[in-house]
Amino acid sequence: MFAPITLRVAAGGVAVVMGPSGVGKSTLLDGIGGHLAHGFLAQGRVLIADRDVTALPAETRRIGVMFQDALLFPHLSVGDNLAFGLTPTLRGRSQRRAAVEAALAQAGLAGMYLRDPATLSGGQRARAALMRTLLAEPQALLLDEPFSKLDASLRAEMRQFVFDHARARGIAVLMVTHDPEDATAAGGIVVEL
Amino acid sequence: MSRGRALRGLVLGVVGLGLIAPIALGLGQSLQAAFGILPALDLRVWSLEPWRMLLAQPGFGSSLQLSLLTGLGSTLIALVLALGFCAAGSFGRGPGRLRWLAPFLAVPHAAMAVGLAFVLAPSGWIARGLALAFGWNRPPDIASVHDAWGLALMLGLVVKELPFLLLVIASGLAQLPVARQIAAGRALGYGPGVAWIKLILPQLWPLIRLPVWVVLAYGLSVVDMAIILGPSNPPSLAVAVVRLFSQPDLAMILPASAGAMLQAALVVVCIAALWGAEAALRLLGRWWVPRGGRGMSWAPGLRLASGAVWALMALASLALVSLLLWSLAWRWSFPLIWPESWSAAAWASPSATWGAALYNTVILAAASTAVSLALAVLWLEAEADLPRAPWAEALIYLPLLMPQIGFLYGLNVWFLRAGLSGGYLAVIWAQALLVFPYVMITLSEPWRSVDPRLLRVAAALGAGRWRRLLGLRLPILLRPILTAAAIGVAVSVAQYLPTLFMGAGRIATLTTEAVTLASGADRRVVGVYASLQAALPFAAYAAAALLPMWWHRNRRDLRGGGV
Amino acid sequence: MRFPLFAALSLLLATPAMADWSQTLAEAKGQTVYFNAWGGDARTNAFIAWVSTQTEAQFGVKVEQVKLTDTAEAVTRVVAEKAAGQDQGGSVDMIWINGPNFLAMKEQGLLHGPFVASLPNAQYLDLGPASAATVDFTVPVDGMESPWRLAKFVFSYDSAKVSETPETMAGFVDWAAAHKGRMTHPDPSNFIGATFLKQTLIELAPDPAALQQPVTDAAFAAATAPLWAWYDALRPNLWQAGASFPASAEVQDQMLNDGEVDISMSFDPASTAAAIKAGSLPDTARVFVPKAGSIGNISFVAIPYNAAHQAGAEVVANFLLDPATQAHMQNIEVLGSFAVLDAGKLDAAAQAEFAALPTAPALPALADLGPVLLEPHASWMTRLVAEWAQRYTK
Repeated sequence: MFAPITLRVAAGGVAVVMGPSGVGKSTLLDGIGGHLAHGFLAQGRVLIADRDVTALPAETRRIGVMFQDALLFPHLSVGDNLAFGLTPTLRGRSQRRAAVEAALAQAGLAGMYLRDPATLSGGQRARAALMRTLLAEPQALLLDEPFSKLDASLRAEMRQFVFDHARARGIAVLMVTHDPEDATAAGGIVVEL
Repeated sequence: MSRGRALRGLVLGVVGLGLIAPIALGLGQSLQAAFGILPALDLRVWSLEPWRMLLAQPGFGSSLQLSLLTGLGSTLIALVLALGFCAAGSFGRGPGRLRWLAPFLAVPHAAMAVGLAFVLAPSGWIARGLALAFGWNRPPDIASVHDAWGLALMLGLVVKELPFLLLVIASGLAQLPVARQIAAGRALGYGPGVAWIKLILPQLWPLIRLPVWVVLAYGLSVVDMAIILGPSNPPSLAVAVVRLFSQPDLAMILPASAGAMLQAALVVVCIAALWGAEAALRLLGRWWVPRGGRGMSWAPGLRLASGAVWALMALASLALVSLLLWSLAWRWSFPLIWPESWSAAAWASPSATWGAALYNTVILAAASTAVSLALAVLWLEAEADLPRAPWAEALIYLPLLMPQIGFLYGLNVWFLRAGLSGGYLAVIWAQALLVFPYVMITLSEPWRSVDPRLLRVAAALGAGRWRRLLGLRLPILLRPILTAAAIGVAVSVAQYLPTLFMGAGRIATLTTEAVTLASGADRRVVGVYASLQAALPFAAYAAAALLPMWWHRNRRDLRGGGV
Repeated sequence: MRFPLFAALSLLLATPAMADWSQTLAEAKGQTVYFNAWGGDARTNAFIAWVSTQTEAQFGVKVEQVKLTDTAEAVTRVVAEKAAGQDQGGSVDMIWINGPNFLAMKEQGLLHGPFVASLPNAQYLDLGPASAATVDFTVPVDGMESPWRLAKFVFSYDSAKVSETPETMAGFVDWAAAHKGRMTHPDPSNFIGATFLKQTLIELAPDPAALQQPVTDAAFAAATAPLWAWYDALRPNLWQAGASFPASAEVQDQMLNDGEVDISMSFDPASTAAAIKAGSLPDTARVFVPKAGSIGNISFVAIPYNAAHQAGAEVVANFLLDPATQAHMQNIEVLGSFAVLDAGKLDAAAQAEFAALPTAPALPALADLGPVLLEPHASWMTRLVAEWAQRYTK
């Protein structure tokens, strides 16, 4: 689709991919994340902290994804959504519960463990989705136009929230966007496809 | 990727060996017998004699004509009414708009036929109403059931197939942007009904084509309903063939097999004709649509179709109520509208009467549904990382398009050779042949409409294949899975010929008992069996509707409507 | 000198038989007999269920009724098993059978036996050469099937609606003309429908003796000519102008109950009384038989050659012939079917048991039923049904 590219994102850094619709931005993210639908062939390699994950299935790559929709699992409570993401290395029922409650509090969702995700506001949902992703302790994060469905005021706030958390945990972020403001705010490399 | 391929291979193997091969083998066996080869009777020479014997059967031509008329007629009437009903917008909106269909979908053909027979008979409910009005003291001497034209049979088929077609059309419509396109059409000055026909129908047809074929194939080869409602002298081809198979003169197996092959050919020819008609209509549409007629005069016709649908469903309701009433009546003679004395005697001793049949029915339904559901889930899961295989999906429909009488006798011979006949296993197997396709049809659309990004998110969170399936996909799909299970149960409960042939008659179910007893005297006992037969799938439907509602009571996004 | 020899001989003859029977009983213990019997009659089904409880308690043999819509289904099943080479362990253990089905199975070698003479209770049967228990539709039974109930052709009607009934089969023509559309008969592909035609054939045939021989073209043409003339006169006045027929006598009973017709027919003289008791016919229903008598035969049970539980089936066949079983069966409150035993061979206690059975207004006494007319040779029925279908199926 597009010309071969090489992209290197530092831990805690943000790279932005921009380009017109249909050029294959999302496909690029799918390829990196290991989600390519059949019929697509990716050539190249994906390295995470010098670990070659190209041949690995998505679930073992440790690359988180977020889309413009929060995509909370509709059959689970808000807290259980986060617990779904929480890394299995953390054991013990009460410890896991505590980790989730802490993450909820960080996202301004304290006390909402048992809530139906469908009853959250747009901003709450987006923050819950980010916390779910972060609890899985990814080494990289792929953002596919993550803020495009939020209204203008929420957008800036959410952007800040995501970048701050990624930076704090040393997660490399690759973002696909249409919005030049996203690119400016990211303050990292910008690639035009 | 290779895991997906292995899974698909496994599922294809199971479907191929378990479902397709038996049909092919059974068909092969019957085909041989149709041309004179029947080693059991020491017949080993090819000959056309079976066909000559078949043609020489008294009333053969009438039987064939009757099958064609009732099969094609009922399918076309049901289709036109269902389309008219939808075009008139009679479905309304809202999640519960299809729920009223459930009882009509659930009730097996035989139970509906028994009920209708009572409503329509010369001494039936309708006649009793007229008797009250006109002071008759004897039932009229008219053939309102078992009529030579097969009109009662056709009516029965229409009543039973309408709900199915409505459901199929509704689920097809759910995939189309109907409201917006109709709005666009109306903005251009088209009547809503004609906008539906010109804009929606051409997109809808490919989605409902196969189910319509299934209805056609069923109508052409129905046995249980034809025994209860159809003419007997001569009966429709399928019944005539079943009768030939059960003649004391064993040589009759030869013309019976030829008849079974003819029945299969009849289905093929009629489907081909429908296909041809579709092509012709498409050409006609190319001429008709650009003419730009706004069709404002269509509305009354469409309202008429809607009215007919409601009238038929009212008739079906009467039929179902009559089953229950009869099961509780003691004396109920003509021209009384209501039983004169009541008794629970017919229900009273389940251990001597309906207990065992209910037990067998439940076991068979549970087993064949579980097998089919597991197979469908594996099939659809294998789809996750492989392209869809339309040819394989078409194969799934084969058992629904193939008349059962075409392969059951031959299949039974093979099962006997393998030492499988007469047991639960053989019946479950034969039923799963027919349950699996319906489960697949019901489940595939909801399965494919799960947002793939949800699964990607889950994978990115470290959830492997099985956790994504068990922890995410299946719980989200709880409602459609239970709906598919309920339909599976309904299909299994309704099976007559497969249970009869494969169970060597030893495994009595509510359906085999109801059809057997329908040839007996005691309508009250038939009422018990038919009521139970209708109640069982209905209970399954109710559970499929209520269970997810309770389970997801705090999950707004999963409390949707649907049947 | 001669007396001991005779005793020794009879001992020789008797002992192995008795030994065989105890061996059969031992073998049968724990078996489940799949009794393939037409299932359209709830009372018969209940009787078979009762038999199962008795045989299980007395001999450890369970009876599972395989309810058939048509006896030929069981025949077909045995044929299919033979086709598949399953010569042992077959699924059909016992069949309620007669006439053409018996003939077909006997001719194809699909039956186990002869076994009747070895049943201990066969001592109560009249097994003489001319007895109804040894000839089934003129086909010699040869011990290949065991009798269990008596069948005799009767008509039923509602005495509240019909005052006069035909006295002869010929009389039906006038009756139907006077009561247009109020009479029909089951489709002749059904056993009772065929019997209606046979009953008339016996009455009208110029030489009834010819009916006891296998049918020939010439004999058929000669014997049936008056029958078809009679039928052509009758048919236009039948229910629905003779264009359509109930599938079975049970359906016709239901039509009688619904008032759609005024006459029905049965092969069981007690069925009308039984139906009244069950609420499925009006209290005023009664039975009549043509003055000259009606066709009678005996229902049998046969055991397929490949039956999985032959010993169990023999035990059940024997139990069915037990005088106590037969008396229970003849009880109008149970089944009301007349016993097949030879009353002269019963002891006083058994005879008293029969005499003490309850009665009912609609239950005819054996004497009211008139003479028993012998079934024609089985080939006549097949031919008659085919010819009827040729003539009247369009």
